Amino acid sequence: MIDHIVNAMDVHKRFGKVEVLKGVSLQVSLGEVVCIIGASGSGKTTFLRTLNGLETIDGGAITVNGHHVGYELDKRGQLVKASPKALAKVRSEIGFVFQRFNLWPHMTAIENIIEAPIRIRGIDKAEAIANAEELLRRVKLSDKRDVYPGKLSGGQQQRVAIARSLAMKPALMLFDEPTSALDPETIGEVLDVMKELALGGMTMVCVTHEMGFAREVSDRVVMMDGGVIIEEGTPEHFFMNPTHERTKQFLSKIL
Amino acid sequence: MIALGSFDWKTFFNYLVFPDSVTWWAILTTVGVAVAAQVFGVIFGVISALMQMSKSRILRFLAGAYVWFFRGTPVIIQIFFMYFGAALFLGFDPFPPHAHLVFITVPGAILAGTAALAINEGAYMSEIVRAGIAAVDKGQMEAALTVGMTRGQGMRRIVLPQAGRVIMPPLGNEFNNMLKTTALLNFIGVKEIFFDAETRISSTFKYPEFLAGAAVLYLILTTLWGFVQKRIENKFNESDRDHAVDMPSFASRLLGGTRKPTLADETTMAIGGHE
Repeated sequence: MIDHIVNAMDVHKRFGKVEVLKGVSLQVSLGEVVCIIGASGSGKTTFLRTLNGLETIDGGAITVNGHHVGYELDKRGQLVKASPKALAKVRSEIGFVFQRFNLWPHMTAIENIIEAPIRIRGIDKAEAIANAEELLRRVKLSDKRDVYPGKLSGGQQQRVAIARSLAMKPALMLFDEPTSALDPETIGEVLDVMKELALGGMTMVCVTHEMGFAREVSDRVVMMDGGVIIEEGTPEHFFMNPTHERTKQFLSKIL
Repeated sequence: MIALGSFDWKTFFNYLVFPDSVTWWAILTTVGVAVAAQVFGVIFGVISALMQMSKSRILRFLAGAYVWFFRGTPVIIQIFFMYFGAALFLGFDPFPPHAHLVFITVPGAILAGTAALAINEGAYMSEIVRAGIAAVDKGQMEAALTVGMTRGQGMRRIVLPQAGRVIMPPLGNEFNNMLKTTALLNFIGVKEIFFDAETRISSTFKYPEFLAGAAVLYLILTTLWGFVQKRIENKFNESDRDHAVDMPSFASRLLGGTRKPTLADETTMAIGGHE
């Protein structure tokens, strides 16, 4: 079980009366890249958000890197709702990239990146800055070091956001439609950064509409519909011989 | 005694140009009380706003009751109750003629007056702070949570600094008001500007001269504050100066120009990113 970075079992989630997740199970191994696709409303973003506790779950269980998400073991070994501190600890090991970047606009690019390592990890400022500069170099934004997010393009903002997540040296990176809010011409630069991450061995779960990326980079493609996973497989299998009728429909529309 | 058309300009100018030490102390008292009351008002306001946004029904109720009561009753009554009534509830007088604060001694009336103004101000600041926090995009807190911050850390480091930008203009107006509201403390014997003018009136009967003099003193204070406020707002806006969150010019504010009601929306957009 420990070689699974992500182990989600029979996850249920409801918003009011609507059940958005109707029992989703997913295991992700170390270094694996999994792309989740599906129409809007299929529950894929909600599922991704449950993986780091941004959404609570109503049933099932999730462990990431061996820690329960949203729950912790109390002194008697009982599973109880996680304290804010315990949840924060688990989250600090999981990177999350938002569709709309959510960079902190009152901080420069480098300040966005060093904030959590300094405040949360207690890393020395000089070391945090050195790490951040290396990350900016990796996302090819060294020249934007001291620029505020408001002056960056969408693609640049998203690359800083990825660097911000990486600064915590996460065991897992979650991407929630990272290119959906971007101008077409900046999508490529973000996908390139993600590809490089994948090649570097990062474990990744990406909710995406980028079929090219899914086909080229992912180890496994998962199709969600109506709050459940209806089909999964290697990209070759998935794009060449989808078995499920709904998958065929979806792919014919999107490809 | 008071003949219309015989305004004694000399007395008026003397009061303003050559204030004696008593008047200086009065000015200092006005500024000191206003600053202290505003600072504590902001602190109470932040606490109350956070309580109003908390999950606990009891905290929400307490904060709601606080805002409801102190915004709904005249501040002058609150001041009187604080100064004359506190002893009734406490069984001892918390505001003796010489009250000892950590390392200084101040008249109890100043303490009571400052406390009353601060508590009253907190109720107004509560709503302003709440609106400021609400104007910050939800994704900002989520991003803070995903890198491992607790809600408290996210609030302090990420949300409140951004809310500050939205809060600052109304906060400035509140302090402008506060500078003038301190005149009410005259009624419990605080020797502030209005008290000073009244004292001189009672010995000279030169009503218009000293009233006008006091008015000009307040005007000078509020004008100076206008400059300071502008500088603070510019500092808050440094990170998106090129985004031009439209702030009214200093002159337009001074002359009563209206503030753009869409400021909060614009800030949200700037924070939210593109589209």
